[in-house]
Amino acid sequence: MSRKVRIAQLSCGPEYSGVQKEIYDAAESVDAEVFFPDIALADVERGVDAFGLDVRSADLKLMIARAMALVEGKVDADGVFIGTCFRCAEAAIVRNELRRYIHENSRLPVVSYSFTERTTAGTLLTRMEALTTIARRRALLAREEQTGITMGVDSGSSTTKAVVMKDNEIVGTGWHPTTEVIKSAESAVADALEMAGLTREDIQAIGTTGYGRFLIGKHLGADLVQEELTVNSKGAVYLADHQQGSATVIDIGGMDNKAISVIDGIPGTFTMGGICAGASGRFLEMTAKRLGVDITELGPLAMKGMGKNVPMNSYCIVFGTQSLVNALAAGSSREDVAAAACHSVAEQVFEQQLQEIDIKEPVIMVGGTSLIEGLVHAMGQLLQTEIVVPPHSQYIGAVGSALLASGFIKGE
Amino acid sequence: MAKVFIYPATSLILSDLVARFGHKPLGAALGIRERIQTAGVDSPPLQITPEEPKRGLKYAAVEVPSGVRGRMAIYGPLIEEAEAAIIVTDADLAFGCMGCARTDELIVFSLRQSGIPILELKYPSNEEEGVQFVAAVRKFLDGLPEEEGGA
Repeated sequence: MSRKVRIAQLSCGPEYSGVQKEIYDAAESVDAEVFFPDIALADVERGVDAFGLDVRSADLKLMIARAMALVEGKVDADGVFIGTCFRCAEAAIVRNELRRYIHENSRLPVVSYSFTERTTAGTLLTRMEALTTIARRRALLAREEQTGITMGVDSGSSTTKAVVMKDNEIVGTGWHPTTEVIKSAESAVADALEMAGLTREDIQAIGTTGYGRFLIGKHLGADLVQEELTVNSKGAVYLADHQQGSATVIDIGGMDNKAISVIDGIPGTFTMGGICAGASGRFLEMTAKRLGVDITELGPLAMKGMGKNVPMNSYCIVFGTQSLVNALAAGSSREDVAAAACHSVAEQVFEQQLQEIDIKEPVIMVGGTSLIEGLVHAMGQLLQTEIVVPPHSQYIGAVGSALLASGFIKGE
Repeated sequence: MAKVFIYPATSLILSDLVARFGHKPLGAALGIRERIQTAGVDSPPLQITPEEPKRGLKYAAVEVPSGVRGRMAIYGPLIEEAEAAIIVTDADLAFGCMGCARTDELIVFSLRQSGIPILELKYPSNEEEGVQFVAAVRKFLDGLPEEEGGA
């Protein structure tokens, strides 16, 4: 049995919020152990002085000193989990600064999260899984070429994607809305195989990712079942042909968003979530429905409009819908409303998530929402940079899975 | 004997001083002890469950971070029970770290609002101040009613 991955916890408040057990449970389910770096009182005083951030909270002081002990190598860890209460301004500052500090001064993967008392182990699972993957599978994540014939299946909350790859080329794709998880996957797989002109027997290894990864992985007998943070990072830099150096990957999904700071194809820091569905693909789907257009038409429609003409800066899908309905009732054009919806989602991702990672160019947008031209445009304007949308960007998880799965072909 | 809330509530020295001079200290040890000694299904016993931040709503609004509300679920009832309080400001971490600064502000504010007799002291920085510190605590405690609940 392999050694448990040791994740250092830097936190303020989880025990008093009643979520410490959830953190332990999430770690346990990915065969990791969470521990608190052991330091002396003198280290706290010295650490806080040296770090230069004069906070009032004693637990935050302790976090700073523990982070310094990790960076200085006084305490061994494989990854770092930073967690503080949602809504605490002082903790948000410390969380952000420590993540940056650890990222810049060590090779430790870091994930951070602001929790409420309703945070569950399930919510934390993907983040813990990503931390352990980076620690355990660095060799696999270093893979830059797909070999043999492999398949990747991404069972997302909105859509299920399948990709067949052969000798570093995408030879088949399938895309179906996620209804019944297994059925949708079967349909996507059948389409991808048909396009590739191959059969299931030809496939040498399978990788799965996304919300339904465990169920689909079991059903297909997958060789690799992997969360989407590492898979998408790998897929993004592969498709964008930027496997070396720094990059930033943005994936605005149906349920949640991922912003990942990538170095040589391996996630360094990442955030996952978003406070509300107002900042997700679901909101754009809903907007398209209300405007009476297909989701594929929303992007071109938004490009014709002026988002600034419509006030829409909601942090909630319900209030966002309200803004949308009000704007239409007040006579705003559909183009302007579409542009405002795209801008609203981009702005929320920018404010809530991109502030928490270091943006390094190129910025690569992936996932189904990267095909919405208006959204990519809005994000580019906010970040003041050219956004890269690689070919097949909507299949990112499936491509990443197929690429990594080739590490499991017998004899590899 | 009066029930005296101590701040920092984790200070063993303050707790000891209050008990030594004949009163009952109300602090973190008491609040946590009650939780871990109450029979329940959790094993090992949890100091805090997700229910606590909900109970803490009595002392802090829902907009307040969950960790503050969870802490207030422990300290709030003790503050309500208190008949006097000793507040030590600018205390060293080792004297009784209280973790969350926002909770600390709320605790001190709640105590000041409660109308009970309060002794506020600055944490001593040398031996002479230390002696004066203990003398002030003793004088304050001597002035408190000896009978529980007495005026």
